[in-house]
Amino acid sequence: MSEHGFETLAIHAGAAPEPTTGARALPIYQTTSYVFEDADEAAALFNLQTFGNIYSRLTNPTVSALEERVATLEGGTAGVAVASGHAAQFIALHTLMSVGDEFIAANKLYGGSITQFSTTFAKMGLTCHFVDSSDPENFARALTPKVKAIFVESLANPGGVVTDLEPVARIAADAGVPLIVDNTLATPYLCRPFEWGADIVLHSATKFLGGHGNSVGGLIIDGGKFNWAAEPGKYPALTEPSPGYHGLRFYETFGDFGFAISCRAVGLRDLGPSLAPFNAFLIATGIETLPLRMQRQCESALEVARFLDGHPAIEWVSYAGLENDPHYDLARKYMPKGAGAVFTVGLKAGFEGGVKLVEGVEIFSHLANIGDAKSLVLHPASTTHRQLTPEQAAAAGAGPEVVRISVGLETVEDLIRDLDQALSE
Amino acid sequence: MSVDLAEDLAPLAYPEDLIRSILRNTRTIAMVGASGHWNRPSFFAMKYLQKKNYRVIPINPKEAGNTILGEMAYASLSEVPVEIDMVQCFRGPGAIPGIVEEAKTLSPLPKVLWMQLGVRNDEAGLEAEAAGMTVVMDRCPKIEYGRLGGEIGWLGVNTGVISSRRFKRI
Repeated sequence: MSEHGFETLAIHAGAAPEPTTGARALPIYQTTSYVFEDADEAAALFNLQTFGNIYSRLTNPTVSALEERVATLEGGTAGVAVASGHAAQFIALHTLMSVGDEFIAANKLYGGSITQFSTTFAKMGLTCHFVDSSDPENFARALTPKVKAIFVESLANPGGVVTDLEPVARIAADAGVPLIVDNTLATPYLCRPFEWGADIVLHSATKFLGGHGNSVGGLIIDGGKFNWAAEPGKYPALTEPSPGYHGLRFYETFGDFGFAISCRAVGLRDLGPSLAPFNAFLIATGIETLPLRMQRQCESALEVARFLDGHPAIEWVSYAGLENDPHYDLARKYMPKGAGAVFTVGLKAGFEGGVKLVEGVEIFSHLANIGDAKSLVLHPASTTHRQLTPEQAAAAGAGPEVVRISVGLETVEDLIRDLDQALSE
Repeated sequence: MSVDLAEDLAPLAYPEDLIRSILRNTRTIAMVGASGHWNRPSFFAMKYLQKKNYRVIPINPKEAGNTILGEMAYASLSEVPVEIDMVQCFRGPGAIPGIVEEAKTLSPLPKVLWMQLGVRNDEAGLEAEAAGMTVVMDRCPKIEYGRLGGEIGWLGVNTGVISSRRFKRI
């Protein structure tokens, strides 16, 4: 992190005024391609031998402003923006693994990630071992010689579960594999995983970063500290000659941001999920108010959680900001400014109670997203986690009685009144 | 050159102003280990620096007498017929002490001894500093130029530059 404060960086990082016109807002470069100076410069660009733009599948100046902004806020060396959080996971893991390789993931993840890892990745010959992350040693127990990464969410969706990052990072470092942390729910305002030993940070920028529920996007941030050459041949995409680039080696040529360049120059080039410049503009603009939004949303989430904790229709509340919550101490350690604005509750009336709540609210919106300025509710068992087995869903904190709540920026008394009337119907 | 990030050593941190001042005040660079092969990092770093108006003189015994990117290559630093502002080392850590020894004999003394990204030799660096040279290790001047000038931001790289000014300059 530079000497500037988080709020300053959220507004300025990556977005100095456009030098030709002086435009102060981030310009939207709605272009597919960029004119070359001459044939020699074009060849150098295609060979990654000089800096510049070729084609918006690879780079776009609006998108790169967003990339630099999030990389700066996370304290990483470089970022790669992609079309969604799922694309970020696909490109990051695809860069690290080949057919037959394995990785270890926490079993408390966004349901869509569990599905992506256990079905579509399996089809590509990549095996994910899911472990109960409540005991960090479970990651060490699941290690095999083919494991190439460990994957966790800092604040897990949907359950308000905080991952004990420090011991997991130590296990990853001892095993010589990078720790990948999905920091979507915490955002760098609440938690900076690189400070706890993470090597790669991923985001669904769709959530709190953009913050207004208007753009799907994802980010891969390179921490820059992992030594990809420590074991020869273990990460060939970083250390071996790249055939498409005439034998260029990414780690040798780009050093501490070699991983990010490989994700871009190979991952985006060949897999293709680039972020549209208009979405990048909306997300980058959203980030300007990230600190204010996160602070207020955390405060309101705590008030709403306290209200629900004492409500007769509620069996339990899983929010790490509550003092009696089992994750309270971990939240104080890893995210002292707040425990996030997404949590789950268990309805005494079970599945039916969950359905009744999401259908009875008037201000909360019943939809499959989180991190919006608008407050949101969802019944995971009938939606986001529906494609999991009952065992997977329960392990992920999405049993039949569970409702997920994402607290937005409305007047908190209105939110409490809305939930109260829906629960009382 | 090999990647040897020497992770057991304390990480290097150079103030932005130091790197800026080196890149502003340097005109002639002697690049030890410059390759004549178009797809080696030293070759395209040299090409990039030439485009940014630096004169880069290749030093490489295997290329001595040949021309690389329009510049005559020499076998050693002492054969270079012009004043050298900066010696840039595109060689592994083991080759650095020899380069420092030779640089020390030059008159005038080069102002900067710069070891390329992935190359670090603290002992040789201290010796060069004791002789009066400014030392940078494990950095690439092309990347630093692109970082401070904003070009590398196009690759999503964290430049560390925060500015509301319209025109960027190194």
